[in-house]
Amino acid sequence: MSQTRKQLLVDPLVDNNPITLQVLGICSALAVTSSLNVAFVMSLAVIAVTGFSSLFISFLRNYIPNSIRIIVQMVIIASLVILVDQIIKAYAYEISKTLSVFVGLIITNCIVMGRAEAFAMKNTPFNSFVDGVGNGLGYSLLLMCVGVVRELFGSGTLFGITILDPVNNGGWYVPNGLLLLPPSAFFIIGFLIWGVRSWKKSQVEEREYKIQSLEIH
Amino acid sequence: MEALISLAVKAIFVENLALSFFLGMCTFIAVSKKISTAIGLGISVMIVQSITVPANNIILSYLLKPGALAWAGFPDVDLTFLGLISYIGVIAALVQILEMILDKYFPPLYNALGIFLPLITVNCAILGGSLFMVERDYNFSEATTYGIASGFGWALAIATMAGVREKLKYSDIPDGLQGLGITFITAGLMAMAFMCFSGVKL
Repeated sequence: MSQTRKQLLVDPLVDNNPITLQVLGICSALAVTSSLNVAFVMSLAVIAVTGFSSLFISFLRNYIPNSIRIIVQMVIIASLVILVDQIIKAYAYEISKTLSVFVGLIITNCIVMGRAEAFAMKNTPFNSFVDGVGNGLGYSLLLMCVGVVRELFGSGTLFGITILDPVNNGGWYVPNGLLLLPPSAFFIIGFLIWGVRSWKKSQVEEREYKIQSLEIH
Repeated sequence: MEALISLAVKAIFVENLALSFFLGMCTFIAVSKKISTAIGLGISVMIVQSITVPANNIILSYLLKPGALAWAGFPDVDLTFLGLISYIGVIAALVQILEMILDKYFPPLYNALGIFLPLITVNCAILGGSLFMVERDYNFSEATTYGIASGFGWALAIATMAGVREKLKYSDIPDGLQGLGITFITAGLMAMAFMCFSGVKL
């Protein structure tokens, strides 16, 4: 794999993460992270959709008239999501019940549209595929991080295997119920962004308003 | 009637699309810096939501459901697998039509809302509303109520968020949390506040 392709794959993981930096695709990300199994299936689905939609859109990029490109992209993405949805329903029915509407919402996941529009329309199919998979991986990385924190401290398990023995099973760990509820996902992502930005200073946002420093004469 | 009111209250407060299902988050975070724009976007979402959810309900019950095509002489056809693509098509088309109608007949409204309308096609709250309608098997009147109420809930959430953020920019925030980070934490606190409504039963 050449240097640029590796760049395409690795860059979206931390340096240009679609969630923490580009603020794309948080919509469906947060709701599916209360257990790792579900987050994992969702990640696979998103990687598959971003990768293949970029690939197909890139194949067609010279034939799509500019004025209707959004609709064409939408149709390609929607067809892929229908495929993924049917596959999940066939092979992981229980998980598809918990994911409920969120698989369908991959259609409106801004990452998919964003990559199609910003990258796949201008680049060769293979590069677009790698870029799509890379962005899918960046999304999955964040999803898994949030999932690990929420499941480990919220119910004491990882992938359903008990790690911290909860009190109601005769163990010692008192599960933090808040972590299974929606607000915790916001907090965890907020703190993750804080962490990433303290590490990568260049991602820090400009202040709109500065507090004037007090000068003592 | 009582059932519909309780459905509406539930959709606005308890199951708020933005704060308990995280739908429409991208726009929720991106367009909540000023109260006036936030209210504009909120109203557009409400209008689109209250048209698309009932429209998709009609599509579902007369075209897609198993046996729905009986009126056309195909009682055994089940087209539910085409659901996703038809809902998003309906949404895209309706937004386009709404944009044209507003442009023609209500120019001031178009000028105020115009820039948000294309954004709404890819707003997950709109598609999410239709998908919840399908999943929960709402009938037409329930779907209409749910559409209006969930849109209103989203508008309420983004307007409140914008109010908080307008004041928040004067506060001294650590560098790493600046902007996106603190916005998420604020949204988390708001979501916690909205959870207090979960005890409300009508």
